[in-house]
Amino acid sequence: MEAILTAARLSLLVSVTATALIALVGLALAYVLARRDFRGKHLLDALISVPLVLPPTVVGYYLVVLFGREGWIGAPLYRLTGWSFVFTWQGAALAAFVVALPLMVRVSRAALEAVDKDLINTSYVLGKSEWETVRKVVLPLAKGGIMAGVLLAFARALGEFGATLMIAGNIPGRTGTLPLSIYSAFQSGDDALAQTLAIILTIISGTVIYLAGKWTSSRWI
Amino acid sequence: MDIALSVRFKKALASGFSMDVSWQAGREIVVLFGPSGAGKSLTFQILAGLVTPDEGHIQLEDVVFHDSRGDIDLPPQLREIGYLFQHYALFPHMTTRENILYGHRQPQGNAAASDLAAMLVRFHLEGLEQRYPGALSGGQRQRVALARAMMRKPKLLLLDEPLSAVDLAVRRSIRTELKNLQRTLNIPMVIVTHDLGEALALADQLIIYDLGHVVQAGTPDEIIHHPQNEIIAEWAGRTLLHGERSFSF
Repeated sequence: MEAILTAARLSLLVSVTATALIALVGLALAYVLARRDFRGKHLLDALISVPLVLPPTVVGYYLVVLFGREGWIGAPLYRLTGWSFVFTWQGAALAAFVVALPLMVRVSRAALEAVDKDLINTSYVLGKSEWETVRKVVLPLAKGGIMAGVLLAFARALGEFGATLMIAGNIPGRTGTLPLSIYSAFQSGDDALAQTLAIILTIISGTVIYLAGKWTSSRWI
Repeated sequence: MDIALSVRFKKALASGFSMDVSWQAGREIVVLFGPSGAGKSLTFQILAGLVTPDEGHIQLEDVVFHDSRGDIDLPPQLREIGYLFQHYALFPHMTTRENILYGHRQPQGNAAASDLAAMLVRFHLEGLEQRYPGALSGGQRQRVALARAMMRKPKLLLLDEPLSAVDLAVRRSIRTELKNLQRTLNIPMVIVTHDLGEALALADQLIIYDLGHVVQAGTPDEIIHHPQNEIIAEWAGRTLLHGERSFSF
């Protein structure tokens, strides 16, 4: 029971942290991709989306190269602060962030692009700035798709396994999220624990996906 | 005629379509008439500041909207125009009241409340304040869009196909309303249409567009009696011979 609670609590901490960051960063990226033209736009799009098709272990490998104690970013960070993403829950959140971000960007970008350009132009002609237009017209009309993106990203973050294992390891109580604990329990022959954890994860993820589908059918179509 | 609006610009699009037009308007109803793809809507977008021309000079009264030599290009927010899109572009998540107030400079103030009340009366929208656009008829939506545009106290009105989305039965009354509105405001009102009957019924000045150019400009009478090319002559002739007013490109 203790093991279940610990893993569930950790999974929640990791997924909520990653999703909160994804909601902010992902929405900003989606807006830029939907409404701006600039050099390297397709490259940025590809860079964000590539974790969708790479094996999570490969994503994890790159995260170690970047954020590991010897990594391009990780080494200076470790020298400055004595802290590193490796084997921490923050490392697990980082992995979840990178893997789940493309879902948020893709879904909310589609929702932002679906907002009628005439409405945006009308708002400008009526004297409203781009920021005011985004707040009062674009976001309310894209709300359904944005919420769906956040929920999908949350579900993906909750189920993250491979990249997390690479950068954060599988330390019970520290980085042993639900998916990793299922693997450990199964490996050590504790089939009952593995089964319970699997069912819990299925229920949570299933509910989230169901809600995401519901949110997408926005009221203003 | 006092010139209130002068428009001269060139614009080439990536699609290969290019425009080169020049015309002027007084405080009157100007109808831009021509087939679809002639550049009428692009002209509106350029007048509104939503699209920047390659070169030219656009001026309303003493305010320069765009001047490529002087490097002036006012953003749409500062142009003080009312622009009615073809399908009215009402915000679907806002009520009639919220839509109209959206156009106000200070929507929270006391002035806004009395301006709103006045608009509701003027455009016959009393009782519809809490309705969403989805629950309004075509004519009602148009009046909401007009009321919203009027909240800005515009100095120029642009109406893109204002009669295309309303029933034939209410077209006549809307024409009269638009004429009255222009006479009351005494500002240039530019209307885009591809329907000849509508153009003739509304225009003080008719400007005929084709393929990104002005083919002819003048009063409806001048154009009917002195058509400058065969196409215009043909429909002018039909109009004279048969009283046919439904010709459209």
